[in-house]
Amino acid sequence: MSAYGSERQRRREGGARDYEGFECVVGLEVHCELLTATKLFCGCKNAFGDEPNTNTCPVCLGLPGSLPVLNGHAVELAMRIGLALNCTVQPSIFHRKNYFYPDMPKDYQISQYDIPINTDGYLDLPSGARVGIVRAHIEEDTGKTTHSGGGGRIHDAMYSLVDYNRAGVPLVEIVSEPDIRSGEQAREYVSELRAVLVAVGASDGRMEEGSLRVDANVSVRRPGEPFGTRCEIKNLNSLRSLGRAVDYETRRQVDLLVSGGAVAQETRHWDEQAGHTVVMRSKEEAEDYRYFPEPDLVPLAPDAAWQERISRAMAPLPAGRRRALLDSVGAEGPAMVERVATVVAQDLDGYVMAAVDAGAPGALALSRAANELAAACAEDASLLDALEPGHFASLVAMEARGDLTATQAKAVLAEMLTSGEPPEAIASRKGFEALDPGSLRRAVEEVVAANSAEWERYKEGEAKMAQFFVGQVMKATRQKADGKAVMALLADLLRGSAGAP
Amino acid sequence: MAKTIEAIVAGVRSGEIDPVALVDQHLKLIEENEPSTNAFITVLADHARQKAGEIASRVAAGDPVGRLAGVPVAVKDNLCLRGAPTTCASRILEHWHPPYDATVLSRLLAEDAIIVGKTNMDEFAMGSSTEHSARGPTHNPRDMTRVPGGSSGGSAAAVAARFAQAALGSDTGGSIRQPAAFCGVVGLKPTYGLVSRYGLVAFASSLDQVGPLAGSVADAALLLEIIAGHDHMDSTSLDAPAPRLAGQAADSAEGLSIGIVRELSDGADPEVKRRLDEAAESLERAGARVESCSIPEVSYALPAYYLLAPAEASSNLARYDGVRYGLRVNAADTPTMNARTRSVGFGAEVKRRIMLGTYALRAGYYDAYYGQAQRVRTLLIRAFDAAYERYDALLSPTAPTTAFRLKERVEDPIAMYLSDVCTIPSNLAGHPAISVPFGTGEAGMPVGVQVMAPALAEAVMVRVATILEQAAP
Ligand SMILES: [Zn+2]
Repeated sequence: MSAYGSERQRRREGGARDYEGFECVVGLEVHCELLTATKLFCGCKNAFGDEPNTNTCPVCLGLPGSLPVLNGHAVELAMRIGLALNCTVQPSIFHRKNYFYPDMPKDYQISQYDIPINTDGYLDLPSGARVGIVRAHIEEDTGKTTHSGGGGRIHDAMYSLVDYNRAGVPLVEIVSEPDIRSGEQAREYVSELRAVLVAVGASDGRMEEGSLRVDANVSVRRPGEPFGTRCEIKNLNSLRSLGRAVDYETRRQVDLLVSGGAVAQETRHWDEQAGHTVVMRSKEEAEDYRYFPEPDLVPLAPDAAWQERISRAMAPLPAGRRRALLDSVGAEGPAMVERVATVVAQDLDGYVMAAVDAGAPGALALSRAANELAAACAEDASLLDALEPGHFASLVAMEARGDLTATQAKAVLAEMLTSGEPPEAIASRKGFEALDPGSLRRAVEEVVAANSAEWERYKEGEAKMAQFFVGQVMKATRQKADGKAVMALLADLLRGSAGAP
Repeated sequence: MAKTIEAIVAGVRSGEIDPVALVDQHLKLIEENEPSTNAFITVLADHARQKAGEIASRVAAGDPVGRLAGVPVAVKDNLCLRGAPTTCASRILEHWHPPYDATVLSRLLAEDAIIVGKTNMDEFAMGSSTEHSARGPTHNPRDMTRVPGGSSGGSAAAVAARFAQAALGSDTGGSIRQPAAFCGVVGLKPTYGLVSRYGLVAFASSLDQVGPLAGSVADAALLLEIIAGHDHMDSTSLDAPAPRLAGQAADSAEGLSIGIVRELSDGADPEVKRRLDEAAESLERAGARVESCSIPEVSYALPAYYLLAPAEASSNLARYDGVRYGLRVNAADTPTMNARTRSVGFGAEVKRRIMLGTYALRAGYYDAYYGQAQRVRTLLIRAFDAAYERYDALLSPTAPTTAFRLKERVEDPIAMYLSDVCTIPSNLAGHPAISVPFGTGEAGMPVGVQVMAPALAEAVMVRVATILEQAAP
């Protein structure tokens, strides 16, 4: 087994892993692009993928004489994030972070520094761990630079093109405490955080489009010792990259320490293809950002009534939805917890709840949602548009009553997703009318009688003959029989014939 | 006596004054005297004639015209005017044409003012003599061997030389009032936030205000009324309505209590002090109670200003990096291109202040410099608040001296900075202040008396200024 351990082993160990007596310590900085119609300080459209430099104006291009005006909706989304992360939402101010970069039109970024809007919160992960939130502050995004010609990298490019459509897009940066102890847990944190951001309407959660961006601060130490020197890892574009990068970086730092070396404080770049991190800049090259209060903006002091209104209008959060779903289906155990997590993550809990409310068994509804619906969703989320919660509830009820076998129920559900018809109509068109227990028993007896040689072999103990009989019964009933019920009847007949004189 | 704006607009509306002829009269003066004065960076002769023609035909057609109909106005070259170059007297913006109008200029144009040109200034408004201009110095129309003051020296000179009826300038540490005093015109810095800064190229954002320069207090007051008022494009713009200043009765100072700030007067030239005493006496004669007062905190205003203003400037001027607009000096990589562009594009004084400001904001020094200066600013505001419990307005010289000679101080930054010692406190406090010409001093050069007032007390300030104007020798 590799030094990194298998995924399964990591799960068994539950978060913290042991690296030759060291533990890894991770804090994450997540930049979330807010789902506002316009940018943070001007009226330009906040949109991804438009023609370069079409969503710009004097303000977001930083033209001389232009001034920022704060977008109220961005503030509201930031407050929703703060409330969802159990933060203290407080009066705040903006600062300027000064550094030269071509994709930053003013050569400073308007951000929040020592008095951010949200502080001191936490996020509970599905596995039970709690990760502290230091702050979640508002700031503006930069433009996007493309280096062209030469090798296409900043150092050998012939020229660079800058698209300022993204410049001034509102961001909330969420900074966690260094409470994360493994790559797996880092993934769990970001995955849960993403679900929260989507739930409160602050983000579309698309990491691949850069609307959610993650930087990881990684250090190692022996448990109980003070924190070690940390490295900041950039370019983590997916959950997979994040997990791999944290594990790689931990291993790299442990190897350094074990071989008598020391970790240097630096910023490192994750190379997804090569599977390793490389130095971007050392501590000595770190910029002095010369922060000072932004004189073009006034202090931000959301009044209590506004906060109260936002708080009341908050959508239920994933953790609460999972709890509610578990309660509702009355499920227990790790397998159920995992199904519940899947169902909530895919936004399918409404279907399960509707089925339970209609009197269908919760465990069955959960199973159909976590397996069939989630799979369909993963393939094409728009499939769900056609599915009425009431129809799903009817389907689960039909299966529970034995009107449909499991196989039939899945076939009907698949068609419900494409046609939007009620399950009763589909079942009757397919000829899936109920097979009462008496006719099934008669069908089994007829098949046994017609295949006496095979029945003898089965009686002699040739277990695989059971499959033959199930197949024959299926054929005879035009697939209406339930495999499990046929097996039970066969066993019953076997007992009966053995006991006969 | 020159006509007031009110009289011109009345004349234009009644048809007695032809706006085209009026503009031509000013353009002719510009043509004759601008080469020796250098008050403008850009003269907008065609634009001015065209606009005057439009107003003339509207009057002829009986259509209504605005409160500044046909009035020739000059504006400082750090105010964005769509389509015209806006250079801030800097090489780095030599060919930049803004795609939008500053709010104050939209408001002037909406009232049918005629913008005759963009005036010379110290580069990015950093200076007190209009000598730090990439386009060469402006000369004082009262004595061509002397400076007009600065940084709005071009605007002050344009009014003094009758190139325009009035002008707009910007005042960060005295840049409207000090040149107004040096050129013998009225200069008014409004309460911070009363006038929109949208489209004013920033020097020090927490101090900058746009304001009028004019031949009379009434003209300055009318211009202020027009440019003032809330602007949703400027977050620091106050939610206060534009003040009503025009047509105020100012025949008496009865009931007013006025303090002469000792710390701002003691260091002034004897002849400047003598004029200040005469000004005080004239206010007493008009019925005011006038006494000497002490605000020791104003002595710390200058050093605090020279930390805060450069700190903000170092950040505000970072955007001139050669990437998006203005000058670019090419190089193999971006950081070198940035550095070369800025090295060639900025003049010595701008570089000096960027370095000062960068230093003041460095990690580990912030609290000792920027932080300390902010605390001084807070103390100064409290001291002013205490003084305004006793006085309706405060009086001081606008500058310790009259206009000095060209090149006299250009190599001595500290001596140059000291010419703003009386004006800086109002900027730090965010309070309004006005400079009114009051006789002459050394070599017959004009002396300015400064009237300061609490925030949004422009009406009281204008009333005192009008009495001084009427009493001026
Ligand atoms: Zn914009």
